[in-house]
Amino acid sequence: MSDLGENADVAALLSAPVNAETLARLHRKLEQVAENDDLLDVAYTTIDSPVGTLLLAATPKGLLRVAYDSEDHDLVLDTLGHKISPRILRAPKRLDRAARELDEYFAKRRRVFDLQLDLSLSKGFRQLVQRHLPEIGYGQTRSYRQVAELVGNPKAVRAVGTACATNPLPVVVPCHRVVRTDGTPGGYVGGLAAKTALLNLEAT
Amino acid sequence: MKRPFEKVVEEHAGTVLRVCRAVLGVSDADDAWSETFIAAMRAYPELPETANVEAWLVTIAHRKAVDVLRTAKRQPLPVDELPEAPTTLGLPGSDDPDLWETVRALPDKQRQAVAYHYVAGLPYAEIAEILGGTVEAARRAAADGMKSLRKNYPGASVKGAPS
Repeated sequence: MSDLGENADVAALLSAPVNAETLARLHRKLEQVAENDDLLDVAYTTIDSPVGTLLLAATPKGLLRVAYDSEDHDLVLDTLGHKISPRILRAPKRLDRAARELDEYFAKRRRVFDLQLDLSLSKGFRQLVQRHLPEIGYGQTRSYRQVAELVGNPKAVRAVGTACATNPLPVVVPCHRVVRTDGTPGGYVGGLAAKTALLNLEAT
Repeated sequence: MKRPFEKVVEEHAGTVLRVCRAVLGVSDADDAWSETFIAAMRAYPELPETANVEAWLVTIAHRKAVDVLRTAKRQPLPVDELPEAPTTLGLPGSDDPDLWETVRALPDKQRQAVAYHYVAGLPYAEIAEILGGTVEAARRAAADGMKSLRKNYPGASVKGAPS
C-alpha cells in the first residue's frame, strides 16, 4: 500500500497474524457446518503409511480417491476440483473409517476393505475392471490376461493395463495384485517400490 | 482455473477474521467468519474464475457484519467514553482485544473503511462499491478512522509498530 505513511504502526497492528489455534478451531467448525449443510462435496485428509503419505478423498457417496505422494496431492485436489466440485475441504472426519481400515491393512490386521466407494472418477471398461479387482484375494496375484478373462473380454489385455494404471483408488482397489504373465510386477501408479512393498506385505 | 475451496480458506482465513474483528469486535467476529465462509462455499462454484477472491470474501463479510450490526442495533461507543483501563475480554485467541475494542468505538463507516483498506488491503474504488458512496468518501472515512485510532489506542504510540 502506498498511502500507509504515518499510519504504518496502526496498520501493522491491525494486520498482525491471527493466532493459529483460533483459525484451526474456526476451520473445524466450518467442516462441521459444511457437512451438515450438504456443501462438503469432497472431504480429504492425508495419512502416513509404509508406502508414503496417502491422500484420501471422499464424496458423501463414498471413498473417491487414494493418491500417492508421487502423484502430487495438490495436483490431485485440483483435478478433483474440476471433475467433481471445487467445494473441497480438508475435513478428516469423513475419512475416519477409511483411514482406520488402511492402518489396519498396513498393520496386517485387515485383509478386506469394507468401505463405500464412489467410482465416479472412472467410466466404462476401466470402471468395470476396477469393480472386479477386489475379487483377487489378499496375497494372490493375477496376470493382466487373467483379469481380461475375468471381466469377460480376453482380448482386452492392454485395456486392463490402462484400467489398472488409472485406478483412482489404489491399495483399496487392489490393482497391485495384477502382475505380468512372467511374474514380474509390471507398472504401478505409486511406483514399482510401492507395488513390491504391498505384494510383500500380503505375502508374509 | 478454480482452486479447491480449502486453498481459499488457507489463504484468506486470517484476513477475513481480522476484518470481522475490526468491524464487529472480537466477540462477534467468529460467528461472522463462519457465516462468511459458509456463504462463500455455497456460492463458490458460480464465482467467475477471474474474480478477485479477497474482495469477494470481504464483500460477503461486510454483508454478514451489517446483518449483525442491524440485529444488535449496536450503537458505536462514543470515543470519549473509552474505558480508562484497557478491557481484557480474556477470549481464547483474541490476540489483542484492546486494539479491536478501540476499533469498535469508531463510527460504522470509518471502521469498515479502515478494515477493508488497512486490514484487507482493498483499493478505495472497491471499498466505495462495498460501502456505497464515492471513492473520496471511502478514502476520507479510512483516514479519519486511522486518525482516531492513533489518538485513542494506547498501543499505537506506546508500543509502536512491531518491527
